[in-house]
Amino acid sequence: MKGAAAAITGIAAAALLLFVGLPILAIFLRVPPSALLSQLHSPVALDALRVSMKTSLVSLAFIVLAGTPVAHLLARRRFPGRAVVITLIEVPLVLPPAVAGIALFAAFGRTGLLGSHLAAHDIRIPFTWIAVVMAQTFVAMPFYVRQVIASFGAVDQQLVGASRTLGAGAFRSFFRVEVPLARQGLAAGAALAWARALGEFGATALFAGGFVQGVTQTLPLAIYAQFQGANITSCLAMSAFLVAVSFAVLVSTKILLGWRET
Amino acid sequence: MSAVPDASAASGVSAVSGARRTDQLDIVVRHRLSRIELDVRLAVGRETLALVGPSGAGKTSVLRAVAGLFKPDSACITLRGRTLTDTARHVDLPPESRHVGLMFQDGALFPHLTIARNVEYGLRPRPRKRGERRARVDELLDRYGIADLRDSRPGKASGGERQRAALARAVATTPDVLLLDEPLTALDSMTKARVSRELAQWLADLGLPTLLVSHDYSDVVGLADRIAVIDAGRIVQIGTAADLQRAPASPFVAAFVATNYFRGCARRDGELTVVTLPQGRRFACSSPATGDVAFVVDPWAVRLTRDGADSLPNMPSVEPAAPPAADSAASAAVAASAAVANVLRGPVVHVVRFGSVVRVTVGSDPPLIVELPAEQADALGIERGAAVTASWPPDAARLVIDASRLKLGPASSRPTPAPPDSPPSPRSPLRSTAAASRARSWPSRSKPGAPSPRPARPGAPPD
Repeated sequence: MKGAAAAITGIAAAALLLFVGLPILAIFLRVPPSALLSQLHSPVALDALRVSMKTSLVSLAFIVLAGTPVAHLLARRRFPGRAVVITLIEVPLVLPPAVAGIALFAAFGRTGLLGSHLAAHDIRIPFTWIAVVMAQTFVAMPFYVRQVIASFGAVDQQLVGASRTLGAGAFRSFFRVEVPLARQGLAAGAALAWARALGEFGATALFAGGFVQGVTQTLPLAIYAQFQGANITSCLAMSAFLVAVSFAVLVSTKILLGWRET
Repeated sequence: MSAVPDASAASGVSAVSGARRTDQLDIVVRHRLSRIELDVRLAVGRETLALVGPSGAGKTSVLRAVAGLFKPDSACITLRGRTLTDTARHVDLPPESRHVGLMFQDGALFPHLTIARNVEYGLRPRPRKRGERRARVDELLDRYGIADLRDSRPGKASGGERQRAALARAVATTPDVLLLDEPLTALDSMTKARVSRELAQWLADLGLPTLLVSHDYSDVVGLADRIAVIDAGRIVQIGTAADLQRAPASPFVAAFVATNYFRGCARRDGELTVVTLPQGRRFACSSPATGDVAFVVDPWAVRLTRDGADSLPNMPSVEPAAPPAADSAASAAVAASAAVANVLRGPVVHVVRFGSVVRVTVGSDPPLIVELPAEQADALGIERGAAVTASWPPDAARLVIDASRLKLGPASSRPTPAPPDSPPSPRSPLRSTAAASRARSWPSRSKPGAPSPRPARPGAPPD
């Protein structure tokens, strides 16, 4: 019986590994590496890379700047409505990206709730790189905030108290004690959020259009466009790049968090 | 009891402190904790005052309130004339502006900084030049014997070294008061003895008002000039270790200092006082008293004999030194002392050896603590389960003031045989509580640093 159980587990594990591993491997094996590299130098791919880098890094900056104090507050203070705030922040995690795109469109689109007022002042968000940033921020923010709430929550409050009695105010204590002690969690959260922003597709496609090369066309959108144009090699080249980035992010996150959490 | 903070009483203390020495820390803290009501008044002069009590008695809350890390419902805390907290006037300085040096239980060193960086963290005054800062840090590391750890992380240091680093870090801020939270608790017993010795020396060298919190009485005896015993949020007694040992104010304090404390009803019987305990046992006492009393028998004044064995001569003779029966009063005394013998029998339930002294707990009714020289204990064959007889002369029983009777408590609500010649004491809860708190705190305020004179009680002079 014991042998049978082990065999079943082994087969299941092999099947699972193959199921996940084979498609990833296929990206790299379908065409020779030289073709992948040359396709990565195509104008479409280079433009998409540039747009993706710019928008995802701006998104990340915004997420870190706004998310860190919010996460700190949520980790430290217990106030009525705290659970509601946390749930609201986590909604994009479970929301289908297409729904997120529609939601953003309904709010900031030309005829949207806020967008109509913005349009009156000649501010148009949809179909600009700002829209891409907003879509990415919307879906990637919870990855950072959740991780950082946990990391700040794990900082020993005695150390903050010690810092205060040693003459450092709340602000200085935050930067000299809490941030250094939570730095692994902060970095891991940022890496995860950046990877999520880089891979954003659905919300961007609906809210930012995403088919204007060099403006709103990020890597995932470019892959989709090239796929429709039957340029499979270009798709594979950009995919290979994203696989490499995703893998690097995942490994670095695990190293930062000490391989303990997943 | 009203839960509304008594603001006027809180402000009254700051008025008092203004007229006194300026290096004092005055604390009035009231707070409703989950299970107890914290109500503490303390004045700390240039001395080490230890706040001692069981876990959950509220002592750490007092410390954290002084440091500004805990906001009590009502508080007035002044330090060297500066008001740190006054809830009545909405004053509440942030921790960084209070100039208190807080040493946390486990040191609370920053794990991401070296020992030297930890000490440098709060350096005050803070020299502009890095070299000057380093020189001051090195001097402190030298003083506390941790110079070799300057570039190590706290994780590499031992418990004793972390405590020294924590003290160096607190001292580096030139605080106006030192607050030590369980400074010895986290240490193993070998390290504890050494750190206790060193700490006593360093605290004496610093000459700062120091408030120390501990749950272990024996830890603080060698460290503190005065000891405040706290129970369930209230200070039961303040005094030197000798004061507490000689005249514990309640059974709780007596248990803390490990002495024998009995309560009963006294009546005069010739030359002697006979005290009847609630369970009916009677003891003789040579100090005159009547009515509800408490008395203490020093553990070392009790003579112990092994039942069924010849007793060894150790203590001054137990036999009442009765004068020759020359007149009728003397013979009455002899008769009384014969009827009331200070003798308790029971099995030995616990034996602890401290160097050359053995502390024995006798499982009699009431139980008794006896201390005797180790060689006598060995000669008597004292061990767990041995049947022994304990006795003490009437002049070894010392009448003490029972502070817990001044307020309503479980002890005073217990039915005790009322003496026919003493009127029932007034039991207004508010009045008696106020009287108790005055009795507890006024003596120490009038003479900070000095052993607090205990309020005299008619008919019951100590010794």
